[in-house]
Amino acid sequence: MNSGHDLGGQMAFGPVVPEPNEPVFHDDWEKRVLAINVAAGAMGAWTIDEIRHHRESLPPAQYLSSSYYEIWLAALDKVLLKHGFLTSEELLSGKPAPERREPKRVLKGEEVATVLRRGFPYEREAKAPARFAIGDSVRTIVMHPQHHTRLPRYARGKQGVIERVVGCHVFPDTGSQGLPETAQWLYTVVFTGRELWGRDGDPNSTVSIEAWESYLEPA
Amino acid sequence: MSGHHHDHDHHHDNHFTAIEARVKALETLMVEKGYVEPAALDAIVETYETRVGPRNGARVVAKAWTDPAFAERLKADGTAAVAELGYGGRGGEHIVACFNTPEQHNLIVCTLCSCYPWPVLGLPPVWYKSPPYRAKAVIDPRGTLADFGVTLPEGQRIRVWDSTAETRFIVIPMRPAGTEGWSEEKLAEIVTRDSMIGTGLPSLEAQS
Repeated sequence: MNSGHDLGGQMAFGPVVPEPNEPVFHDDWEKRVLAINVAAGAMGAWTIDEIRHHRESLPPAQYLSSSYYEIWLAALDKVLLKHGFLTSEELLSGKPAPERREPKRVLKGEEVATVLRRGFPYEREAKAPARFAIGDSVRTIVMHPQHHTRLPRYARGKQGVIERVVGCHVFPDTGSQGLPETAQWLYTVVFTGRELWGRDGDPNSTVSIEAWESYLEPA
Repeated sequence: MSGHHHDHDHHHDNHFTAIEARVKALETLMVEKGYVEPAALDAIVETYETRVGPRNGARVVAKAWTDPAFAERLKADGTAAVAELGYGGRGGEHIVACFNTPEQHNLIVCTLCSCYPWPVLGLPPVWYKSPPYRAKAVIDPRGTLADFGVTLPEGQRIRVWDSTAETRFIVIPMRPAGTEGWSEEKLAEIVTRDSMIGTGLPSLEAQS
């Protein structure tokens, strides 16, 4: 989706302004949003790619004027509604209705350390050999899907070189739509600054993306 | 960017801001409906406030500086090497270490969202998640470094790593001159968070 989140190469945001001695959280509510996001995700009803889609499909004006935890909160509301865990009446009133959806699992306090340490690995067994090898010249496809994708606009239709074959990884474009999980070979693809940005590119810089196999064609 | 709400220091008198009220309502609903456990929420916050942060990454870098065999393992398989120190898991299931060299400086970004190597660097700073950095790093990496007061030697190439998949990157900066004979612990103290993102360099006096 070509939305406010796809920021690579956009201009007029001004300089990066780091905050000296920045705390981990700026307010208590941010801690709670982080924790609810992790614990609700552990119910197993949606994938990381689906909730990313809910963040990205916020109207660009809202996305760009929200802090990141505000974006997370807005997406949490959407995903909880969509999957029937909460109703809009409940979100408005703050009062729970008796009906509820039974979650597949509920993360318990004593499980947190183990679950976080284990994580959710995204590599899967490959069903076919990798199409590309290290050193191959490739071109990214041009597409403008309405759904979630991890091929940023600035890197579409560009020629690059395969630097690393990462493994066979869960494919976000379909998973984000609630379709059954599939996996594809994933590659690190390196582009020159000039290939990406023409005469405005830094001639002594390169940029890499992680690209799934269906994003790439031989070049 | 927003993310700072310092205009409302009224926590003592039950006046919640709109967002505080909204988050409180959501948490209450989630707990009362049995979807999340309060103890789990507290444990998650505690993990990222106190246990998982950039000191983990600094230990990885210091070990790579002092133990060449570890540095080789870290180059070959970042996930397995950081696991030797007990780090890994959520937000860092697949870790790649990007070693700076005199020829190449590495810079990490996530232009599409906020991907960041949680197990070794903790939660990302606000600027990492905000539009200026996400927009500028890929098109103007040298200008981005200038925003951090960093100027690289002429001729040193910049490699920007856009975290578009679940691979997470950590920069291994070059060990500064003047640290010969230092212990791993002492070396870890000069490894700043920003030096592991690529927006800084290890400093003999600074911390971040």
